[in-house]
Amino acid sequence: MALLEVEDLTVTYRTAGGDVPAVRGVSFALEASQKLGLAGESGCGKSTMALALLRLLPGTARFTGEIRFNGEDILTMPWGRLRAVRWAGASIVFQGAMHSLNAVQRIGAQIAEPIRLHSKATDAEVRRKTGELLEQVGLPARRADAYPHELSGGQRQRVMIAMALACDPQLIVADEPTTALDVMIQAQILTLIESLVAEQGISLLMISHDLSVLADTCDRLAVMYAGRIVEEGPAAAVFGAARHPYGEALAAAFPRIGDPASRRRPQGLAGDPPDPADLPSGCAFHPRCAVRLEHCDAVDPSLWPAGAGERRGARVRVLPDEGLSLVAKESA
Amino acid sequence: MSEPTRSAPILAAEDVHVEFEARRGGGRARAVDGVNLDIAPGEIVALVGESGCGKTTLARTLLGLEKPTSGRVLHRGTPLAYTSKALKAFRRDVQLVLQDPSGSLNPRHTVYDAVAEGLRIHGDVPNERERVADALSRAGLRPPERFFLRFPHELSGGQRQRVVIAGALVLDPNVIVADEPVASLDASVRGEILALMLRLRDELGLAALVVTHDLGLAWNIADRVAVMYLGRIVETGPVEKILTAPEHPYTQALLSVLPDAPGSPVVLQGEPPDPTRIPSGCRFHLRCPVLASGAAAAAGVDGACRGADLGVLAGGTATQVACHYALAVTDPAAAARP
Repeated sequence: MALLEVEDLTVTYRTAGGDVPAVRGVSFALEASQKLGLAGESGCGKSTMALALLRLLPGTARFTGEIRFNGEDILTMPWGRLRAVRWAGASIVFQGAMHSLNAVQRIGAQIAEPIRLHSKATDAEVRRKTGELLEQVGLPARRADAYPHELSGGQRQRVMIAMALACDPQLIVADEPTTALDVMIQAQILTLIESLVAEQGISLLMISHDLSVLADTCDRLAVMYAGRIVEEGPAAAVFGAARHPYGEALAAAFPRIGDPASRRRPQGLAGDPPDPADLPSGCAFHPRCAVRLEHCDAVDPSLWPAGAGERRGARVRVLPDEGLSLVAKESA
Repeated sequence: MSEPTRSAPILAAEDVHVEFEARRGGGRARAVDGVNLDIAPGEIVALVGESGCGKTTLARTLLGLEKPTSGRVLHRGTPLAYTSKALKAFRRDVQLVLQDPSGSLNPRHTVYDAVAEGLRIHGDVPNERERVADALSRAGLRPPERFFLRFPHELSGGQRQRVVIAGALVLDPNVIVADEPVASLDASVRGEILALMLRLRDELGLAALVVTHDLGLAWNIADRVAVMYLGRIVETGPVEKILTAPEHPYTQALLSVLPDAPGSPVVLQGEPPDPTRIPSGCRFHLRCPVLASGAAAAAGVDGACRGADLGVLAGGTATQVACHYALAVTDPAAAARP
């Protein structure tokens, strides 16, 4: 049994202007001590996915499907059980540490809070554990007395990681953990996350718009577009030779320095990511697709096998023999 | 045109220093601590560095928004005069493109008003409509009339950035200074905006100074790159040279931590030091992996690294590096001289 199994998850936000489907049928599994990268652009539903995993969605969200953590469905479990799973089972590192930390509380107290809630530790034990956690993320234990504004962006993100580790979780969900950080600080944080999850055997679900960072950090990659996973597979294979034209475009958007093919040739995609409230018919990617076929505006392809290493892709022709015939079948 | 022909710089910084009074009496911050930088007509120069290195202050100084404490800014060879009349004329020719178009567009102005604002400030009222339409279509918003009455919130991020670029183009400038022009855009949209900047250079001969922390961006569009660290340019030269065979340990480290860089990453520890306390000797020596590894001592330059200032790199297009070790390795005779 995988540590985390998401099955046919849909999340729809109810708004005054009608229902907005943010996640439209996502399934994936994450094994213990595995690192999965979830890539996609703004509005593709990746942050909604992260929130759904711990049932942190706002009241306007309606969801269907299953999210099984150690076999238990997070979406239906009772509140008491859910509180135990949050922090101790799985924890989240949010983007923008400045807004996620309490500005008027010392960071030591903020790290200590989940420990107090989830264990019967004495004050002295909590203080010792807080100090240990700070040292683990590369901050001196005496910084526990600092307020968030006294720390740099990179140090605040380290505090967020210390909090995520506080209750020894089995899974960490990191939502854009390095966005808005400088390259060198980003490298420091990524190295830190990688070494911590490796040492402690934690599973990692890392969410980012930067496919190159995910490919470098994770074992497997899933690419999301318009609320769906359109491609999934081993990280190097997806980044190096994507099967889906969107995955291909996303990979090409991050040039490899020294590669003459991208010198003075920035690669982009015409058009913009679609509005979740007004999705194109058929395959949601078809208006921006360079290789679209006749039926692409009518048939919404689902994920199917796309090669070795349990690859999956959602396009009409991922393997030479299949594809077109299937389109014909579905539209007939 | 892929390589612009060299001619006199259209915009230049000459030994520019910009100092700020630090808060709470913390001494003076030397944000820009001696920089020479030339931008030739039709040339795209990328100014790269981490936050706090002074790159945005240098860009603001080149735009006349900040007055240098010493040194000067030259526009077509003439020192910039800081009178409002002279600055107004200067800004017809040198335009700013800001990052985060959601913040730099007035949410209550239509696209038309946003683009026409520059014309109105400069009193260029005749055929306003035609010029706004022309600027929008050059920025890739076609047909332009469809966008005239739209408000920023009705546009996507990429379209908003194009409106900001159109606002800069409407006055027919010869230089644009763009501060992180794609940092807030989605990856798939980023390439389209960069392609637009390249096309503007090729079609209109527009020069650009692009301020960024993104080395991939420099590889995608720039002709030359200048790497800034703690107020000074520490390495500069053609993109192909600096990004594939850098000599400064700081540039090498920046490139090594990119996700698909070859070799093992050199992750510098700590935060960039404070511009109110610039280290003596080489300003990078406290974080320098070459000094820490003992390689600098083996080359006999460790004393210089800690004690001898490297001076300010010259302007122009030559490849230059401000590093005692790199200079000693490439030219041992120069290093042996007292």
